[in-house]
Amino acid sequence: MSSTIYKNKLPLLVFLVPAFLMMGLFLYYPFVMNFFNSFSNISGLGTAAKGLNDPWYANYIRLFSDPNMRTAIKNSLFLMLMTIVFQVGIALVLAIFVDMIQKGAQFFRTVYFFPIVISATALGLLFNLIYLYDGGMLNQLLQKVFGFTQNIDWKDQDHFMATMLTPVMWQYVGFYFVILVTGLNNIPQEIYEAASLDGAGTWQRTRFISLPLLRNVLCTCLVLAITGALKVFDLPWVMMGAGIPMDESWLTGTYMYNQTFLRSDVDYGSTIAVLIVVLGVVISQIANKIFREKEY
Amino acid sequence: MTEERTTTLQLSGRKKIEFSTVLAYIVLTFWALTTIYPFIWVILNSFRQKGLIRSDSFSIPFPWMGAFTLENYETAFARSRIFQAYGNSILISSIVTLVVMLIAGFAAYALVRYHFPGREALRSLIIASMMFPVFSTIIPVYRMEVQWGIAASGKHHLSLLSTILPQIAGNLSFAIVVLMGFIRSLPIDLEESAFLDGCNVFQIYFKIIMPIAKPSFATVAIFSFLWSYNDLFTQMFFLRRPGEKTITLLLTEISSQAGVNYGLMAAAVVIVVIPVLVVYIFLQKNIIKGLTAGAIKG
Repeated sequence: MSSTIYKNKLPLLVFLVPAFLMMGLFLYYPFVMNFFNSFSNISGLGTAAKGLNDPWYANYIRLFSDPNMRTAIKNSLFLMLMTIVFQVGIALVLAIFVDMIQKGAQFFRTVYFFPIVISATALGLLFNLIYLYDGGMLNQLLQKVFGFTQNIDWKDQDHFMATMLTPVMWQYVGFYFVILVTGLNNIPQEIYEAASLDGAGTWQRTRFISLPLLRNVLCTCLVLAITGALKVFDLPWVMMGAGIPMDESWLTGTYMYNQTFLRSDVDYGSTIAVLIVVLGVVISQIANKIFREKEY
Repeated sequence: MTEERTTTLQLSGRKKIEFSTVLAYIVLTFWALTTIYPFIWVILNSFRQKGLIRSDSFSIPFPWMGAFTLENYETAFARSRIFQAYGNSILISSIVTLVVMLIAGFAAYALVRYHFPGREALRSLIIASMMFPVFSTIIPVYRMEVQWGIAASGKHHLSLLSTILPQIAGNLSFAIVVLMGFIRSLPIDLEESAFLDGCNVFQIYFKIIMPIAKPSFATVAIFSFLWSYNDLFTQMFFLRRPGEKTITLLLTEISSQAGVNYGLMAAAVVIVVIPVLVVYIFLQKNIIKGLTAGAIKG
C-alpha cells in the first residue's frame, strides 16, 4: 500500500534537492576543498593558492613535529576523557536520581538544560568574571567562607586545566542528562514491577535493570561526547585566548583557529581540521565497536 | 510514565525509598544550584556600582542600600546600538529557522517514506556532516561567497544573506535527523487513507505529516534559532561593518572595551542572555521533548 503512495519518485526531486543542494554547497564541497587546501600553499583568507606545498604533504609532516599540536592533541584527548567520565558520569547519576523522585523532575530538567541554550561566548565572559584573580566570585567565596588569605590565579600553570575544563563540562551535563532520562523512561515499566515483586530494592533495580538497558543510549552519549570534545572552541577561546599560559592550554579547535585566522596560515589550519575529523571518526568508531550492543 | 513508577515504588517498601529519595533531592538540588547561581550572580552584579563587585559580589544590591545602579546598562546602551543589533540577530535567526524547517522537513519525509537506491548513502552523508567542525568548512565558503559577490560586498542585506546561507546548511543535518526520528515513528495508516481520499504526496505532507509532527518541528525551530543566534564564529566572519553587528558580536565588542569595568561586562552578558532566557522559559517543554525523540530514535 505504502508502495503505491510512494511509487512515483518524481516528488523526490522537490523533497530532496533543496536540502542536499544547500548541504552540498555549504558543507560537502567546502569540506573537500578544505582537504585540498591542506596540500596547497595559502597565506591569506582571500588570497588564491600559490600552488602545492613542497613536498605536497609538508603540512602533515609539520603536524607531527609541531610541539603545540602535540599539546593540543594531548589536551583534547584529556578533555575527551574527562568529558566521558564526568560529563556523562554526572549526567548518569542525576538521571538515575531524577528517575527516583516524584515531584520536581520537570523543574530539574528545565534547569539542567538551560546552560546549553546560552551562547558559549556569554558563558565564557561569565566564567571570566567568576575566575577573576582580583575579586572574582571564586576567590571571594574562598576567602569569605573558607578563610583563604591569598588570591589564587586560576589561569596559572597549576590551575589552567581545571579552569578551562570545568565550564565546558558544566555546560553540557544537561544535554546528556536529558538523553539519559529519556532512555530511562523508555525502559518498560513491567520489568521494574517484576523486579520489585522479586524483592529488588531501588539500588538493585538501578544496578541490574537501568544500567544494562541504558547501554545503547550510553553509547550514543559516548560518541556525541567524543566528537564534541574535539570541536570545543568558544568557551576555551573566550577564557584562555591564545594558549594561556605559555602555549599550554591549546585544544585542537582553538589551535586551528589561531593558525588560520591569527597566523594566516590557512593551509596548516585546514590540515588541523582534517586531523580533527579523522580523530573524531576513528575514536567514535572504536567506541562504537567496544560498547554498542547488538540490536535486540 | 513517572506516575506509574511512583506507585510501584511505594508498594515495594516505604523506608528504603525515603532514604534514596532524600539523597536524590540533595544531589539534584546541589547541581541545580551550580546551574542557577552563576546567572543570578551575574544579574545581581550588573546592577552593582563600579568597583564594588571586586570587594563584595555576594550581597544583593537593593536600591535603598546605595550600591544599586543602572549605570552599567546606560553605558552599554549609550555606547552601542543594541536595538539595531537585536534586530539583525532576530532577522537572521528567523530566516534561518523558517528555511531549515521547510527544507529539512521535506528531506526527512522523503528519506523515511520513499525507498530508492542511494537512500542509505544519503543518510550516512547527513550523519557524517554532523561531524564536520565549522572551522573546516568556513574558509572555502567565505571564498566562494566572495566570488559570488555576496560576502564582503559592503551591502547590508547581502552581508546578512552571506551569514544566513551557511547557517542554514549547518543546521540542516541535525534538523533532518530529529525529524526523521519522529516521522519514522508515525503509523503509515493516516497517509494511506488520505491517499485513498485523493490527496497527493504534497497534500499528505502539509496536511497530515506537518501537523502531527508539530512538537518535533518546534524543537527544530527552537534549536535552529538559538544556534543561529549564538553562533559567534560564522557571524564574526561575515558581519564586519558596524550596522551589521548582531547582539552576540556586540557582546564581545562591549566586553573587549570594558577593561576592568566588570559591571559593564556583567550587564553585557545579561543583555545577551535575557531574550534567550525568556524564550526558553516559554518553550522549554518542546525543546527537551523533541530533542530526545530525535536523539534516541535517530
